[in-house]
Amino acid sequence: MPAEPRTTPPAISEDDVRQVAKLSRLKLTDDEVAHFTGQLAAVLSHIATLHELDVTDVEPLAHASDRHSVLREDIPGPSLSPGAALQNAPDRQDGFFKVPKVLGQGGGA
Amino acid sequence: MELLHATLTEQRDAIARGDVSSVELTRAYLDRIAQHDPALHSYHEVFDERALETAAAVDAGKVSGPLAGVTLGVKDLFCTSYGHTTCSSKMLAGYRSPFTATAVQRLEDAGAVVLGKTVMDEFALGSSCETDVDGGARNPWDTDRVPGGSSGGSAAAMAGGLAAATLGTDTGGSIRQPAALCGVVGFKPSYGRVSRYGMVACASSLDQAGTFTRSVGDAALLTKLMAGADPNDNTCADRHVETDLEDVDTPVMGLRIGLPTQYVMEGANHPAVQDAVEAACDLYRAQGAELIEVDLPHTAYGIPTYYVQMTAELSSNLARYDGVHYGHRTASPTAGLAELTALSREEGFGDEVKRRIMLGTFALSSGYEQQYYDRALRVRRLIRNDFDAAFGTPGANADGAGVHAILCPTTTGPAFKRGELIDDPLAMYLNDVYTVNVNLAGICGISLPAGTADVAGTPLPIGVQLIGPAFGEQTLLRVARQYEKHAGHEGLRPPL
Repeated sequence: MPAEPRTTPPAISEDDVRQVAKLSRLKLTDDEVAHFTGQLAAVLSHIATLHELDVTDVEPLAHASDRHSVLREDIPGPSLSPGAALQNAPDRQDGFFKVPKVLGQGGGA
Repeated sequence: MELLHATLTEQRDAIARGDVSSVELTRAYLDRIAQHDPALHSYHEVFDERALETAAAVDAGKVSGPLAGVTLGVKDLFCTSYGHTTCSSKMLAGYRSPFTATAVQRLEDAGAVVLGKTVMDEFALGSSCETDVDGGARNPWDTDRVPGGSSGGSAAAMAGGLAAATLGTDTGGSIRQPAALCGVVGFKPSYGRVSRYGMVACASSLDQAGTFTRSVGDAALLTKLMAGADPNDNTCADRHVETDLEDVDTPVMGLRIGLPTQYVMEGANHPAVQDAVEAACDLYRAQGAELIEVDLPHTAYGIPTYYVQMTAELSSNLARYDGVHYGHRTASPTAGLAELTALSREEGFGDEVKRRIMLGTFALSSGYEQQYYDRALRVRRLIRNDFDAAFGTPGANADGAGVHAILCPTTTGPAFKRGELIDDPLAMYLNDVYTVNVNLAGICGISLPAGTADVAGTPLPIGVQLIGPAFGEQTLLRVARQYEKHAGHEGLRPPL
């Protein structure tokens, strides 16, 4: 393997998992936090093998496709009706998605 | 009815000749599903009435096309404007799509009869089908074992004789691995070959639609019909598929087939898998092909690369499930929108979905992105460079620089038992060791039935995999067809 010093990232802690869950909009239970921390640590330690490679001069590859910024003619066509777009909404009113109060007391968004 | 186990092409021709009607065939499949699917659980939803109506329309001459009257099972992540589209998740329980996926629409336009939606790992995350919210499909060869995943229901339905062909998706091996474990042909075309419109997004730079069939010719036919530009997916290539059934069945004399040392020399393979690959080498040599060792030095980095990039893309794609627009919403009282979303997601997603969302969010989070995401993208480049060197692409194939196809195992061994790996995510992820790099490189791959391994007296299917360069489907299928024709595994099926 190339000679770049191996800089293995630190293992993940329960506090890290809580933070990541918050960023992920997942309200985990304490049991889940404990359970997932061990599993994620094992996966991350396997992922750390990527640090064996020297990738300094390698260009990132985000996508295997050679197609970029494909354009089409701007022609109006049929699209979803408001009714069809809303048909799976858990709650709706007057043609809108309905959410709990987000401002004032009881808000928190 | 023996015709249920024939190829899709044979069934189509039998309908066209008037030997059997589409209604008779469709009804026979529906009966067989009613008889066997309570044990196999390969279908999430069956469209009895709609399927028989379509079949009757074919028989009445109102519907025609290259698939007129043949039956199809569809993985439950392809949106259909009829029935439900659930991705085997509580999150999408009851979801009704307002539109139909391009891949499905094109096959229906060609006359196919959709029997139902097949069970999968939740949101296509898994290699065993066990993360399905209802417990997952079973392997028809041994119902205590997994059918593979994530397209496990589609593979089990094919092996069980519960459809003429089925559709799946392959993000890291989700068609090829279950095809190998169930003993059917599983084909993942090149990235961009088939539109992703109407496929519920998993990892957008890796997802690709493909087929489970009883023959290479059927895979060629379905792929040709599904492929081609789609105004609704601008990553879908504007290329016609050159593959014709007749072209697929041509000899491989003079072709070069690569054998990657990294895939067969690690001592990790079941002896039957090792034997199958060696037998395939002998078969191709006997057919006049040249076997050449190829070096894919970054093979072992595929799994870690994949599980960074796919989870990063997944965490972004699954952010849309917010308890507001569609999908599960918690019934508990919540203090505002943020908590409503977090609690809805907590309740609606299973463990594997949560793990991967968190892994992806972690890999993209401030302070870690360089160490994980950026590094993985660079290694992805190295993995693709390995394949480019082997295939001599671009443009070097014709003058003898590269191989036409690569031969390797699909999996290290036959199907494992249900429950064996479900709580060990890393071990589960390593199932994809021979398949993920094909997705990372955006190239095409096919798994072919290669006989069975004897596991304590039970025969369990194994597969060999052939890999071709991007948009090299025609040559890949030609190489695959010659294996199918000469290996003697056609007609392999479980005692059901």
